[in-house]
Amino acid sequence: MGFELNFDTSSMKSNTKKLEDNLMYDVLIIGGGPAGLNSALYAMRNGLKTGIIAEKYGGQVLDTSSVENYLGYESIPGEDLVGAFRKHVEKYDIPVKKDSRVEKVEKNDKRFYLSMSDGTELKSKTLIIATGSKPRKLNVPGEEEFSGKGVAYCAICDAPLFQGKDVVVAGGGNSAVEATIDISKIANKVYLVQRSVLRAEKALVDKLETLDNVEIYLGTQVKEIYGEKLVKGIKVYKKEEDKEFNIKADGIFVEIGYVPNSKPFRDLVKTLPSGEIEIDCSCNTSVPGLFAAGDVTTVPYKQISISSGEGAKAALSANAYINKLK
Amino acid sequence: MALLNDEIRTNLEEVFGKMKKEVTIAVFTKEDGCETCKDTLDFMKEIEEVGEKIKLEEYDIEKDSKKAEELKVEMTPSIVLLDSEGKDYGIKFYGIPAGHEINSLITGIIEVSGSGEDIPSGLKERVAKIKTPVDIKVFVTLGCPHCPGAVAKAHKLALENPNINAQMIEAQTFPELSDKYNVSGVPKIVINEEHDLVGNQPIEKFLETIESI
Repeated sequence: MGFELNFDTSSMKSNTKKLEDNLMYDVLIIGGGPAGLNSALYAMRNGLKTGIIAEKYGGQVLDTSSVENYLGYESIPGEDLVGAFRKHVEKYDIPVKKDSRVEKVEKNDKRFYLSMSDGTELKSKTLIIATGSKPRKLNVPGEEEFSGKGVAYCAICDAPLFQGKDVVVAGGGNSAVEATIDISKIANKVYLVQRSVLRAEKALVDKLETLDNVEIYLGTQVKEIYGEKLVKGIKVYKKEEDKEFNIKADGIFVEIGYVPNSKPFRDLVKTLPSGEIEIDCSCNTSVPGLFAAGDVTTVPYKQISISSGEGAKAALSANAYINKLK
Repeated sequence: MALLNDEIRTNLEEVFGKMKKEVTIAVFTKEDGCETCKDTLDFMKEIEEVGEKIKLEEYDIEKDSKKAEELKVEMTPSIVLLDSEGKDYGIKFYGIPAGHEINSLITGIIEVSGSGEDIPSGLKERVAKIKTPVDIKVFVTLGCPHCPGAVAKAHKLALENPNINAQMIEAQTFPELSDKYNVSGVPKIVINEEHDLVGNQPIEKFLETIESI
């Protein structure tokens, strides 16, 4: 049995400072991933009155079993990396509102007014949107019906439930290949099904190819997920052979990329049809005083190091904007 | 060998220092056929060591069957949190709350000690109105970062209303139960045996489901 304690002091510490609704903040940061946390660090160090609003404090990195491309760390569990980020940021005694979602944002006379899911309201001179993204769905029959009944989106959460079973991983990027490698350690057999070609880093693909319980189907599209109470398998279509066939499996992990969490802001700020918030190279959006950073934006390459860098940039831009306001 | 490292100990000491009142951790184990009982007990002993206001009571589910019955404990290893007067709120952990679940254990201890955070008053009223018996099972795995959130919410509901009981269940420790409830994604929340929710749901969603019963 594994016994690994990962204590998250911030998740319950009742002395964490609270956001105050009657205070006019200099900058409110929406999002608690690498972009949000790094912008918080830079904002605090610039002396700005700062607050973080985070639905998922730590962000998507929490769902990553191991990070091997963040400079300075050869290999580190995602949550340890986030833990280090948080520890650094929390040194500055920053108020954090957790498990809380922004429902609506309005701009009025150079000030932003936020309505929160718990009914509270907050206000600020600038905003940094760093809400990241969430797993993209396949949108095939059966996906909704069997969600949580074999259809999974979090490999490190649900992989242990498939011990000795047959599992499909859909996707071909880094996340899909990482998930395949992780799951192959406990599952009987893993089928990696990808619509086109593998887009993962070579280092990961090399590792993948050494695994003998992994079977790879490229140019193959998932058409349907079938089952009774639980998933029994998937129906796929292989383009090259113009052939449809079934792969029997007890579960399918969907790792086909992400969609930006920009919904509450779409009425206010310019977004692309993909949902990404359009930014320039200083993290400016179409609305003065509103900045955006990380996976929720048009910045290319969704990477931890890129998001954290973008967060720093957004905070510096917000600082410059506030200086001009005065 | 100590299970908790120095850094965690220091953090826990700080957190437990904020406990308003005492909390009793009642641990139920059994001698044979319980792979994780010893680790669970050792873990709780260390938690008692770092928490000045934490008291540990050790029980054997067979030898202390009366106590097990009183606290409605059915499986081992299990942990029941009792307040300073020995009151049982129906807050339980089945399986070792290690990995990420240490967070829900600590949140539970803080809540039962009376130092928890208040839920918004509108929701508080809705929780108070629940009159039918409600049983909430939250299936988790120890590697799941968003499971403790779901467990903490279920436990919070149990704390607020005596008609509500809530248990964390570690899916791999109890494979038969996991099979029975078709657990293949966590957190999986089962309310009164038949209403399923998957994922770390907001407390409103728990309430909607309970109110629909």
